[in-house]
Amino acid sequence: MEEGSLYPALQRMLKEGWLEAETGTSAKGRPTRIYRLTDAGIRHLEKEVISVKKMFAGISRVLAVAKV
Amino acid sequence: MRWLAEFFSRRRRYQDISISIQEHLEERTEELMADGLSRKQAEQKARREFGNVTLLEERSREVWQWPAIESILADLKFAFRRLGKSPGFAATVLLTLAVGIGANTTVFSVINGVLLKPLPYPNSEELVALWLNAPGAGGLANFSSGLQLSPSMYFTFSEQNRSFQSMGIWTPSTASVTGVAEPELVRTEMISDGVLQTLDVPPAVGRWLAEADQDPHGAKTVVLGYGYWQRRFGGDRSVIGRVIQVDAQSREIVGVMPRGFRLVDREVDLLVPLALDRTNQKLAPFGYYGVARLKAGMQLAQADADIARLIPVWMDSWSNGPGTNPHVYERWRITPAFRSLKQLVIGNIEGVLWVVMATVGLVMLIVCTNVANLLLVRAESRHQELSIRAALGAGRMRIARELLIESVLLGILGGVIAIGVAFAGLRLLEAIGPANLPRLSEISLDARSLGFTLALSVLSGLAFGSLSALRYARTQASATMGSATRTASVGRARQRSRNVLVTAQVSMALVLLVSAVLMIRTFSALRSVDPGFADPQHVQTMHIWIPDLLIPDPQTVTHIQNDIVDKLAAIPGVTAVGFAGAAPMENNDPNWDEIHVEGKVYEGGEPPLRLFNFVSPAYFHAMGTRVVAGRDFTWGDIYELRPKVIVSENFARESWGSASAAIGKRLRQFSSMPWQEVIGVVEDVRVHGVDEKAPAIVYWPAMINDPYTAKPTIDAPRFVTFAIHSNRAGTESFLKQVQQAVWSVNANLPIASVNTMQEIYSQSLARTSFTLVMLAIAGTMALALSLIGIYGVISYAVSQRTREIGIRLALGAQKGELRWLFVRSALVLTGVGVVIGLGAAAALVRLMKTLLFGISPLDPLTFLAVPLILATAAALASYLPARRAAGVDPVEALRAE
Repeated sequence: MEEGSLYPALQRMLKEGWLEAETGTSAKGRPTRIYRLTDAGIRHLEKEVISVKKMFAGISRVLAVAKV
Repeated sequence: MRWLAEFFSRRRRYQDISISIQEHLEERTEELMADGLSRKQAEQKARREFGNVTLLEERSREVWQWPAIESILADLKFAFRRLGKSPGFAATVLLTLAVGIGANTTVFSVINGVLLKPLPYPNSEELVALWLNAPGAGGLANFSSGLQLSPSMYFTFSEQNRSFQSMGIWTPSTASVTGVAEPELVRTEMISDGVLQTLDVPPAVGRWLAEADQDPHGAKTVVLGYGYWQRRFGGDRSVIGRVIQVDAQSREIVGVMPRGFRLVDREVDLLVPLALDRTNQKLAPFGYYGVARLKAGMQLAQADADIARLIPVWMDSWSNGPGTNPHVYERWRITPAFRSLKQLVIGNIEGVLWVVMATVGLVMLIVCTNVANLLLVRAESRHQELSIRAALGAGRMRIARELLIESVLLGILGGVIAIGVAFAGLRLLEAIGPANLPRLSEISLDARSLGFTLALSVLSGLAFGSLSALRYARTQASATMGSATRTASVGRARQRSRNVLVTAQVSMALVLLVSAVLMIRTFSALRSVDPGFADPQHVQTMHIWIPDLLIPDPQTVTHIQNDIVDKLAAIPGVTAVGFAGAAPMENNDPNWDEIHVEGKVYEGGEPPLRLFNFVSPAYFHAMGTRVVAGRDFTWGDIYELRPKVIVSENFARESWGSASAAIGKRLRQFSSMPWQEVIGVVEDVRVHGVDEKAPAIVYWPAMINDPYTAKPTIDAPRFVTFAIHSNRAGTESFLKQVQQAVWSVNANLPIASVNTMQEIYSQSLARTSFTLVMLAIAGTMALALSLIGIYGVISYAVSQRTREIGIRLALGAQKGELRWLFVRSALVLTGVGVVIGLGAAAALVRLMKTLLFGISPLDPLTFLAVPLILATAAALASYLPARRAAGVDPVEALRAE
């Protein structure tokens, strides 16, 4: 995967309101943008994490059955 | 509104994106440099790992955009920029389109206002004109109004029908109003009960005429029209209850109708109750228009059947007096042929309007082909650019879309200018349109017309753009880029579509020119018809009406009319004065009835109906109608009630073989009437317009014994048209003197409908001259456009083939031959167009058969002359670029590029 494909993804998350951007300076002292999760972003992350966990649980159940 | 905020914060977002990416790349570069790579290598590696920077940046931005719309907007911006860069092209195309779309919008507005919009009455689709056909009634039942109703019919029909909610009859009239300001003749409608109830337009002030107002012995009332109320009473609401003198009768104003109210198609000043007396009605007279409102769900055919059932009932219920046979009307074969009120209002203008619409539609097609041609040339010059774009991966749709966006943009811009053109066009139409164009006041540029303009703009944009879009979207990079420069001439394929367009243009122009020339020939045929009067620009006409209440005695009426004639004759410059019941082409027939010629036996026992007129001495002289045999009336004939009569030449020929043979012969109306001696024969007069055959006319003296009363009673027409022959006719000073002369006889007599015969004559030709003007304009535009088309195609061919021409010249070609080469190709295109056009014209002109007069739709002269004119013009248009081709310097031509 190209590193650059991060940026369109960042923009989509910004548009959804899961991130907020602010002006900052990088470790080397150059101007940059710092992205931070918003409350909505955290909630969404939790939701995503739960659904990923559920999916994993499902998969492992299927795999467990397959093993037996 | 979030999207709006997003829209405005975009610039900041874009900046954020590029800063983030920049920082990302630099940080990575530094990391790589720390690993020991050189700066250049590190930058390259960082970029490789990152991916396509521009593309990713664009994708990131697109998150904040509406991609489809924005790329269309970008195309639009591009199209605007390209138009701005070639103002000559843009101006040509936009002007052509504006004129084409504008003309179409104008004519559509007229069609919309006249034919499509419902009449301005509530539920107007229920309104029915009571039209009766009566093929056996001769001129009494005519083309413009059928057989009109009689009051007794109204009583029978309205009381016994099963199909109508309400019904009424009316007759237009003029009344003189005194006691308000100067005596004035105003447009009056005499209406029965039921007319206003049927039309159902509530009054603006006061009330309608009610049943009580129709009592012939009751209180006398009147309702005012809005315009008259504003004009004479300044819109004063307290006029209700005021009394005015209408034809010397005091009438109380009870109501005012609202603005825009018309009785069918007539503006109304006064609505006066007919006040029919039921007790003394007969079967005749047939002089009333009828209108009715259908019951819900009733069809016209059912109403026809309903009234057809009542016609025998009507004949049994009434009579024309003792000793007459009421079933005589069975020979008239009266049948109801009711039609929607709208159809009555529109009348015979519908055909003309559709012909005009078809004409301007054709012009629009020619405009589109011309623009399509221009766009093809333009796309040609972009060929390189489009090929490169295709080579870089632009899809067909993308290129087609761009070309279409440009053409639709042109269409819409043209449409915007066209709205201005249409505004001007409607003003022009009001000025030159037929004066009797119905519903003229309802014509406007409303939402529907504007919608039409928009649709036409977009559609025509798509139409003329699709050709180049189809052609160039297929562009294949290799083929076109290869042949772009060094080959000698352009491939045939590219020239072919332009040739087809030009051929189409020529054939459409031919159709329009043929129709225009046919109208010109019709007009000149009409102009060469002898109308039966002469020197019309020097004949002044006017109406004078002497109401019974003002002068009750008919003999006094004739004396007053005689005095007016004498006073008018004394005005300097007047050579002859007379009056008649009706002047020619006024759409007013004084009467029609049966005439028995002495010694003649008629088929079925009853003679045909003849048109009557009542004339004074010298009327024929003033009107310029020749006395063919015998003599004119004298005042002695009139005052002594001598049984003398004058007839028209065709009547004399039909009855006695020749004009001179008629003198001394006798005729009469009823067996109870003494025989009347024919003392003169006058030439035929085309009283219903030059395109209608002259009817046989019997001219009675201006004072006679009323044939319709049991005992001999003297009668004289009270509503007459004066004809004054003078070379000062129509001038203001002359009209002042005329007015003074009339008022010196009786100061209470208003003068109305002051026109010269020339004006009346032109008005009767208005329909033809209007069609002529419209077709002539369209034909000229079509000719000009197709010549431009031919010129464009040939001169483009010349410019494309310059190298070839150079080679030919270098090899020894003669200049004359070269010129002929190009002129010939133009003539071939024209020839093909002419052949197709002749076929189309032969088929299409049949549609305008009813508009033609005196020539066949396939008039050989027209069908020969127009192709010749077109071919000559095409040769000229192609000669100019051909001469340029012959002037090419071979050295220059070969050195170019």
